[in-house]
Amino acid sequence: MSNTKLTRRGLIKTGAVAGAAGLALPTYLRADGHAGFLNAPTGDTVTLGFNVPQSGPYADEGADELRAYELAVEHLNGEGDGGLMNTFTSKALQGNGILGKKVEYVTGDTQTKSDAARASAKSMIEKDGAIMITGGSSSGVAVAVQALCQEAGVIFMAGLTHSNDTTGKDRRANGFRHFFNSYMSGAALAPVLQNAYGSDRKAYHLTADYNWGYTTEEAVRTSTEAMGWETVNTVLTPLTQTDFSSYIAPVLQSGADVLVLNHYGGNMVNSLTNAVQFGLRDKQVNGKNFEIVVPLYSRLMAKGAGANVKGIFGSTNWHWSLQDEGSKAFVQSFGTKYGFPPSQAAHTCYVQALLYADAVERAGSFNPCAVVEALEGFEFDGMGNGPTLYRAEDHQCFKDVLVVKGKENPTSEFDLLEIVEVTPVEQVTYAPDHPQFAGGSLGTCNPGA
Amino acid sequence: MGLNKKDVTLLIIVAILCLFAPFILNPFPEGSAMAQFNAGYPDLMQRLVIFGIFAIGFNILFGLTGYLSFGHAAFLGVGSYAAIWMMKLLTMNVIPAIIISVLVAGLFSLLVGWISLRRSGIYFSILTLAFAQMSYSLAYSVLTPITGGETGLQPKVNDPRILDGALAAGETPRANLFGLQMNESYEMAVGGWVFTFNAGYYMAAVVMLIAFYISIRIFRSPFGMMLRAVKSNQQRLNYTGLNAKPYTLAAFVISGMYAGLAGGLLVAMDTQVGAERMFWTASGEVVLMTILGGAGTLIGPVLGAGFIKYMENIVSKINKSILEQWFAFMPDGIEDLLITLVYPFIGKGWHLTLGILFMLVVIFLPGGLVEGGQRVGRLFKRKKPADDKPDGRTTPAE
Amino acid sequence: MDAIILQILNGLDKGSAYALIALGLTLIFGTLGVVNFAHGALFMIGAFCAVTLSRILTISHTVIDETKTDFLGNPLKVDVPYLYDIFGQATGDVIIDWAVPISILFAIPVMVGIGFAMERGLIKHFYKRPHADQILVTFGLAIVLQEIIKYFYGANPIPTPAPDAFRGSFDFGAMLGFDPNTIIYPYWRLVYFAFAAVIIGAVFAFLQFTTFGMVVRAGMADRETVGLLGINIDKRFTIMFGIAAAVAGLAGVMYTPINSPNYHMGMDFLVLSFVVVVVGGMGSLSGAVLAGFLLGILESFASMAIVLETLPGINQIIIYLVAIIILLTRPRGLMGRKGVMED
Repeated sequence: MSNTKLTRRGLIKTGAVAGAAGLALPTYLRADGHAGFLNAPTGDTVTLGFNVPQSGPYADEGADELRAYELAVEHLNGEGDGGLMNTFTSKALQGNGILGKKVEYVTGDTQTKSDAARASAKSMIEKDGAIMITGGSSSGVAVAVQALCQEAGVIFMAGLTHSNDTTGKDRRANGFRHFFNSYMSGAALAPVLQNAYGSDRKAYHLTADYNWGYTTEEAVRTSTEAMGWETVNTVLTPLTQTDFSSYIAPVLQSGADVLVLNHYGGNMVNSLTNAVQFGLRDKQVNGKNFEIVVPLYSRLMAKGAGANVKGIFGSTNWHWSLQDEGSKAFVQSFGTKYGFPPSQAAHTCYVQALLYADAVERAGSFNPCAVVEALEGFEFDGMGNGPTLYRAEDHQCFKDVLVVKGKENPTSEFDLLEIVEVTPVEQVTYAPDHPQFAGGSLGTCNPGA
Repeated sequence: MGLNKKDVTLLIIVAILCLFAPFILNPFPEGSAMAQFNAGYPDLMQRLVIFGIFAIGFNILFGLTGYLSFGHAAFLGVGSYAAIWMMKLLTMNVIPAIIISVLVAGLFSLLVGWISLRRSGIYFSILTLAFAQMSYSLAYSVLTPITGGETGLQPKVNDPRILDGALAAGETPRANLFGLQMNESYEMAVGGWVFTFNAGYYMAAVVMLIAFYISIRIFRSPFGMMLRAVKSNQQRLNYTGLNAKPYTLAAFVISGMYAGLAGGLLVAMDTQVGAERMFWTASGEVVLMTILGGAGTLIGPVLGAGFIKYMENIVSKINKSILEQWFAFMPDGIEDLLITLVYPFIGKGWHLTLGILFMLVVIFLPGGLVEGGQRVGRLFKRKKPADDKPDGRTTPAE
Repeated sequence: MDAIILQILNGLDKGSAYALIALGLTLIFGTLGVVNFAHGALFMIGAFCAVTLSRILTISHTVIDETKTDFLGNPLKVDVPYLYDIFGQATGDVIIDWAVPISILFAIPVMVGIGFAMERGLIKHFYKRPHADQILVTFGLAIVLQEIIKYFYGANPIPTPAPDAFRGSFDFGAMLGFDPNTIIYPYWRLVYFAFAAVIIGAVFAFLQFTTFGMVVRAGMADRETVGLLGINIDKRFTIMFGIAAAVAGLAGVMYTPINSPNYHMGMDFLVLSFVVVVVGGMGSLSGAVLAGFLLGILESFASMAIVLETLPGINQIIIYLVAIIILLTRPRGLMGRKGVMED
């Protein structure tokens, strides 16, 4: 049984010919007759699908991702200042689109729900002929859309997804992640926490009760316990929880002197706000100052939590205050266009778009299998994270991880985090079959035809 | 078939609409500015009929008995989980998956219905809501080993699948009907148009026609009369010595099985399940679909389902650059003005458009979309009084 | 022991939020017989009244500070609120700091106005329509209100802190003779509790001791007869709707320092407040308040680590489980009246 999904743009041409002949001929075409893969661009344009949350709690993050994609498209098509293409070590991109084809894009709303995200991605693939899907703001969505892209036969360049599972037990050959993950957060944070708070600490974990929460808690617990911390208690909190008072209140009684909030998004904003409200940070326990740690930070969340983030450690994939050439170029380009600095979500999405385009150029083909080959084991620099490797075994990027702290005296509404340490890549690298990532297999790439 | 003439006409019209949906939903030529509004691609066509089934089933309970369940998404979700496990363990053939999804949803709705139907009115609604929210919360968290939690479940290459032979190297497991893959399509190009005929869609459409037929039979049967009696005056029914509970419970279980069927079909068309499918907003959505289309009418819920899914999938994808293309022919000032005016309602503002349309429909068309159809029909009739063909759209329950 | 006292405090605090929202909802249910799915949105708009006021107070003009640079390397633009120019920096800061309490004054007229407009313009026409239509129209309205807020304020939560005077927490433990730091509770949450108690008391007193309240209560019991007596019940119902909106709005204003408000906070509370109202029993104000506190306290107990160890996941479902048990043992909730919303 051959699969007969194929590009619409290819069909228009054929159809136009048939129409011109005055005949309404049903055309039974097979994709492999064309180029051997799904949605092969046949005209002078190529369509990318930007699938980001536009409604729901992550809508602002999604809006920032979309801005980054629009910027990336501009740069790929040779408009604007070229952004990171100037600092990127691979020079395959010419600023004339991808393989000479002008880049066009379609957008969709994931609603941060896996069903809606898949529906939106499918419409991009089936209706708009998108050759690559990218974006998203949660691991649930990333895993769901990644599986879809594997099935359909297009490339998926993950947006913001931090769970180990995306490149762990749910990894797929057609999916790639530039963003860092829970394990890396734990590995990067532990030494910094040890320096700041000592190795004799008692930690209390509040963990969001779903996959990402579990992997983050496990990562942070393992790496802090390895340096001598004791885990007093771990309590799971429902995703739908808005008031965390009943979880925060007992923390002091437990004898813990550090509170780790394995929360993201609205959960994190609320739990941190509540914790500060209870005055935890003004307390002394076991003769030490009580401290709070947030493993995954984002600037938008920091903004939501306001002054409560001051002095609180966390990790992040990238921050606009980095001073390397790549970061400076990106902030310059994004800031000039939109008037404010980009978020880490915007950065990872922009980089993913460029990495995809570059891989296509180097492969000389849009064929997903060729792109997979070009990206696997690809080493590059100049994208703001230092030397980076797209590891072949699990399609995860390995690069430096930032440990940040809420800034005490912000000068503007964007200046909320300061970089404490850039943890070198060696320290956050793990084996592909590490127990926290076990149980998955990439399978083989699927070109969809 | 045991239907009266009017119902046969309605069924035939629906069948024709389903059969020609790839044409009807793709009215604009490919590449034209209006192509954005085309809905004739497999995924959306599948969703339209599947949510149609869900709403038809919901209407059997709500439209006939008046019992407003706020937890029907739980049955859809449970059905989906049953189906995906069937695909992981047994075979990628969709038939066992769909059968098991109906059965499991039926059993679950029997349990929930048996408990919830002890109360009526809003107390009943809150009981069903409570069950659904518990299912959602547990599926997202504690039951992660069974449900996949946040990341949901998808078939994987290394699942056991005892009935299927081993996959060839490099092959992805795909849902199929005895070898016919659900995502297989035949595309026909006519002039500038491209029409897609998708195997999965036609399978779902056939199932929907059967579901629709059964629903007509239920509406017209003595059982259906009984359910209407429950709605109009349960007390009087009790005084006549009849116990209404077995009837309402049967209606509840039937509509639960419809929901399970929809869940199973969703998995068959798109092999993935996530817990959000059971969240209260999903239960609320089917309530809205039914009321929007016209509760208690045969075709209304299907229209409502189509309306909401169309909005969700089409309006949310219109972005600023598409607007710029649309209005590009106008003078600059007017173009900018139009874009500024329209922009809040499209793309990320699609919820706003949906909310406004909900209000407009319910304010001006008290009977839902069906009433709109009826009014158009009457207008049509007044012009041609000789033509007394049934308009085929409405069959009010009361 | 101290853990239990602490969770009771938590429960009372959560309960007061639930009770306040449920109170407004049940006023509308009970008096007007309308299923108001937009009630959560009213709570959210109340919260955004506080956000709006603090935005108004910080309306600024920009001053260029040549000594500092922004992220692009240009001279930094510093926003200086006009309030500084009018009152001087010290007084200006105090006013901005007290934005949330001041918003109460701002929110009451706004919310009452929105309530009137909603009732006169929309809800009035739906009294005789089926509940299903009421659900659809109020749900549509809720979406519209929510999207309007999203359009102007974005989707991200907006921090709206309490005045400095209320930061930090009060040590009950030390007062009751426990070790220090065992039972601490934030000042602002205590304020919230007291505020809720006052509002709830005021609504009850209003209904109990004024002629107006008496007529409304009579209208709740038997609208037709009251109408026959020649009393213009419609006008009173409009006022009741305004009051209900104001109660929801005030609950929202005071809630902002507890959790940063965002545009969908109303939906988060909507389902919960319906459960509270129904568990309390339809048509009963005291039932709603009682159910609010009961569910708040039980939810707090279910979140204790020791409870979760024995019953994992109980914190996910406790509210719904309790709702089911109560509705099965007491057919009309805790204090419901016969015949209200039972068909």
